Amino acid sequence: MFISMNWISEFTDLSGINLKELIGRFTLSTAEVEDIYELGRDIKDVVVGKIIAIENHPNSKKLHLLKVDIGSEVVDCVCGAPNVFAGAVVPFAKLGGQVGDLKIEEVKIAGVPSRGMCCSEKELGISEDNSGLMILEDNYPLGTDIKVFMQIEDTVFEVDNKSLTNRPDLWGHYGIAREISVLTKRPLKPLDVMDTSVFKELPPIDVKVEDTDKTFRYSCIAVSNIKVKKSPINMRIRLTYCGMRPINLLADLTNYLMMELGQPMHAFDYGKVSKIRVKTFPEPIDFQTLDGIDRKVDTNTLMICDDKVPNCIAGIMGGELSGISEETDSVLLESANFDGTSVRRSAVRLGLRTDASSRYEKTLDPELTIPAIQRFLKLLAEIDPGVKVASSLTDCYVKHYDTITIDFDKAYVDKYTGIDISSDRIEETLTALGFDLTRKGDSFKAVVPSWRATKDVTMKADIIEEITRIYGYDNFDIRSTKSLLIPVRQSEKRENEYRMKLMLSERYAMNEVHSYIWYESKLNKEMGIVTEPNIRVINSVTAENDTIRSTMVPSLLGFIYKNADTYPEMGIFEIGRVADGLKEDGLANERKRLGLVMASKTMNEKEVYFKIKEIIEQLLLTAKNTVPSFAANDTFGKSNYVHPKNCTSILLEGNEIGYFSVLNPRVRNNIDKKLNVVFAEIDLERMEQTKTKPLNYKEVSKYPGVTVDLSLLAEKSIRYEEIVETVKEYPCEYLQGYHLIDIFEDEKLLPDKKSITIRFEFGSMERTLEGQETNAMVEGLLQTLKEKGLELR
Amino acid sequence: MLENLEQIKLKFTEKLKEVNSKEELEKTRVAFLGKKGMVTEELKNLRNLSSEVKKAAGIQVNTLKHEIEQAIVEYQKTLEEREYQKEINSAEVYDYSIPSEQPTGTLHPITIVQRQIEDIFKSMGFIIEDGLEIQTEYNNFEAVNIPKNHPARDMQDTYYLENGQILKTHTSAAQNTIMRKYGAPNSGETLKVLFPGRCFRNENMDASHENTFFQLEGMMIGEDISISNLIYFMKVLLTEVFERDVKVRLRPGFFPFVEPGFELDINCAICGGSGCPTCKQSGWLELLPCGMIHPNVLKMGGIDPEKYTGFAFGLGLTRLAMMKYNIKDIRLFNSGNLKQLRQFVK
Repeated sequence: MFISMNWISEFTDLSGINLKELIGRFTLSTAEVEDIYELGRDIKDVVVGKIIAIENHPNSKKLHLLKVDIGSEVVDCVCGAPNVFAGAVVPFAKLGGQVGDLKIEEVKIAGVPSRGMCCSEKELGISEDNSGLMILEDNYPLGTDIKVFMQIEDTVFEVDNKSLTNRPDLWGHYGIAREISVLTKRPLKPLDVMDTSVFKELPPIDVKVEDTDKTFRYSCIAVSNIKVKKSPINMRIRLTYCGMRPINLLADLTNYLMMELGQPMHAFDYGKVSKIRVKTFPEPIDFQTLDGIDRKVDTNTLMICDDKVPNCIAGIMGGELSGISEETDSVLLESANFDGTSVRRSAVRLGLRTDASSRYEKTLDPELTIPAIQRFLKLLAEIDPGVKVASSLTDCYVKHYDTITIDFDKAYVDKYTGIDISSDRIEETLTALGFDLTRKGDSFKAVVPSWRATKDVTMKADIIEEITRIYGYDNFDIRSTKSLLIPVRQSEKRENEYRMKLMLSERYAMNEVHSYIWYESKLNKEMGIVTEPNIRVINSVTAENDTIRSTMVPSLLGFIYKNADTYPEMGIFEIGRVADGLKEDGLANERKRLGLVMASKTMNEKEVYFKIKEIIEQLLLTAKNTVPSFAANDTFGKSNYVHPKNCTSILLEGNEIGYFSVLNPRVRNNIDKKLNVVFAEIDLERMEQTKTKPLNYKEVSKYPGVTVDLSLLAEKSIRYEEIVETVKEYPCEYLQGYHLIDIFEDEKLLPDKKSITIRFEFGSMERTLEGQETNAMVEGLLQTLKEKGLELR
Repeated sequence: MLENLEQIKLKFTEKLKEVNSKEELEKTRVAFLGKKGMVTEELKNLRNLSSEVKKAAGIQVNTLKHEIEQAIVEYQKTLEEREYQKEINSAEVYDYSIPSEQPTGTLHPITIVQRQIEDIFKSMGFIIEDGLEIQTEYNNFEAVNIPKNHPARDMQDTYYLENGQILKTHTSAAQNTIMRKYGAPNSGETLKVLFPGRCFRNENMDASHENTFFQLEGMMIGEDISISNLIYFMKVLLTEVFERDVKVRLRPGFFPFVEPGFELDINCAICGGSGCPTCKQSGWLELLPCGMIHPNVLKMGGIDPEKYTGFAFGLGLTRLAMMKYNIKDIRLFNSGNLKQLRQFVK
């Protein structure tokens, strides 16, 4: 919103004040100023001139040679404007003067010297009208500088509308002037209005508010005998400077009032509308708004009607047929207050947000409707003294806001601010802002002014804001809190997440990625991934991605797919969220998961599989100091990207916390036939259910042990863990440990079999074992293994 | 005898000249000092001598033995040195400019920036918390004082799910849960929590708009937390975050969950506050919203607003990462593009 300082100065004295500093103060205390425009400073030495003679230009059909009387002299000038005529009074830029970027000097135009320039409104920067010369009224002495009677020079600043969302009182100049008067500590002048009580004997307008939910107040009055069509120049300049296009007197006046008081007004042609019904329609209707567009209006949208004929979309825009035209000489003037939410929603549904609707959205003060009418009449009568008020001021005040009274004391202000703001200062500030304040020592009772009481100020904390913003946050003494020093323990879960991320990136050179919480259906389709149905988003602007993922894997495979052409080796991971369906209470079962994928062209599939397995073991050691166990998995085999045979559950102390799997070749081939891909997904919440094992230091034997490598022949289908189970069956207190050295397979040497080499460590904490003892133990062990069909190779 | 010794010495000197390896040296040692070596033989011969000459001869033989031993040790060193020289001379000179093959792993830029900020807050006694991404309307809106008919709740920029939940639009959605989890602090203590999180806005994407982004929010609640404390904390924290002496400026700003609410500006780092295109000549950059926690929000969190006050602030983590790494296109973060992401090696 644009604010004109000339306009403000009508309501509070700005003389001697540095406007830039004031605007800076306004930003710090009230609302954000986005820009400041110094207007009209580039118009110099433009005076009233009268065209006293016109001749055709000898060398051009479009140009004319003018003689312009500027009082002190008659000046020759070449002019190309189409609307020149003898006797026209125009703004004339003298030699040495300036119009915008143009310095006025003597020039030759098509061979003829020109010693000045007649100006259009656009050239003067006061409107967009460049159709011809600006024609002035013939009542100023020739040679008068136009700035004497035209307020071309102004300081205009633009306030960020967003920063006014909660300030319905600041949507007009008068409200801004009130803030500025508080900041400058100068009085705010009362609004100059027409006394309408003198019309109370006139007949009222027939108004009925049928929808009292969506309407707070409907005030109106009729005026006839309006003769003047064009607004005075200074009103037009102000409207232009504030971003409105001047149209005609009546339209301009309603806009002017909206810009001045923030109260939207609507002028019906009184010849066409004489009755007011405020209501919604039981069926959707077609309605042509004054911009000429046909609109569908639904049953929730409040309309202003004349019995049955709709005339205006309440608070948004009037109708084409009932509005004022150039011929209108009498109006029915509406000044109403509609429910903000209702107007906002209607405007959204219609896709029609107007200056009026965006003001109503902010919940305007219903007390404004009458002053707006009175002010309108005052201005109208000044411009067009012949107008006649044709009705009494009709007012249907159907809904009132409650009067809000807030009790507080200085101690509360001190506690909230942390600084000492005196009671006198509190009193001065709130009174200036319009609060009706009763003070007893350091205790206050504040009645909130109507223009702040529609939603903005409702409680003590709001009063704090009023006091502090005017006090100025830059004037605050700042200090640290006085609180006890207490150690803070961070959550182990969060620390674990970070440790796992670090481990994956630093030890395994993997890259952390972030993916979306929904499935990307296009990518999944390209990869041939079929996902399970899951909870959906109902209003996504990207409708194809409406399913919340129940697993991280497709998202990560999507990234492998996208990068496969660039990188032959990839390792990526993410800690992210999925929704594993709904819980019993109907809420999404949101889970935090770790997903990781490794893809390689240099390692074979088996190597990648075991690399992932190693990573998982290291992850769980890092996070929980626990080695996981694994088991063949068939639950996840349903998903078409999982490998039906090489899908493995990850168990932590017997609880399944996730799985890892080779990528199903059907999906792999869509990504890259040569890429060996293995992925894993771990549910971190399940993982965290296992307690972290404390580190358990074990004494090391002082006596040398004996290691024995045994190569065992086993059926191909035997898993290593089955051998381990058998070893565990052999009771031997001196068997201190064993681990896998190698698995050897060779189709020719060992058809159908594999050779597994395990290193066994024997030893005692008390002594060095005798050779014979060890041999006996190895024999015993071999015997146990033999019983399970495991022969020494 | 003496002559013999002289000859042995000469022989040894001659022999040593021919020795070129450790093996030959050992052979030489055996030939002179071994069980049947020449010097050993001379020692054996001593017993045949008369006692008058025995002593002097003994000294001479032993001297020779020492000399030879010494010479062998010396020569062994020479041989070793010769071998080292040989190995070094024949060594390949490695091309240090050949790139290493081991790829470097990376953390996501958000993780890096988030961790840095978390560390600062942890050092000031903040607890780091987490929240759900799929939230109830209550937590996301009502509980932070955004009632049913508030414009922020119009459908357009919130993702609504078919079960009535939403994807959280801001980290404030975690406020209520956190307040209820920890409750009001004990007398004299403060509750200090930082909660980063991923947020969602239902909008079309371009270089500066993402539907999925990270925020970071903090709050501090206690019996006497004031606006003065808020300004102090923000100044201290931002000085740490930006690693420079930051000036902060508060302006009124409206956010339903705080009262009073502020827009916090920091002095522009580019021009130092004198005005430049980055700060639109104002000398200030709008950085984050903050404010005193709205009494309604405290009340809904089970904390008595008559007794306790608090402040809260929010920071666009994604935006901060963009500032920090000079990222022009916000879509990088969720792109999974490894060409870009592999650059974030801390």
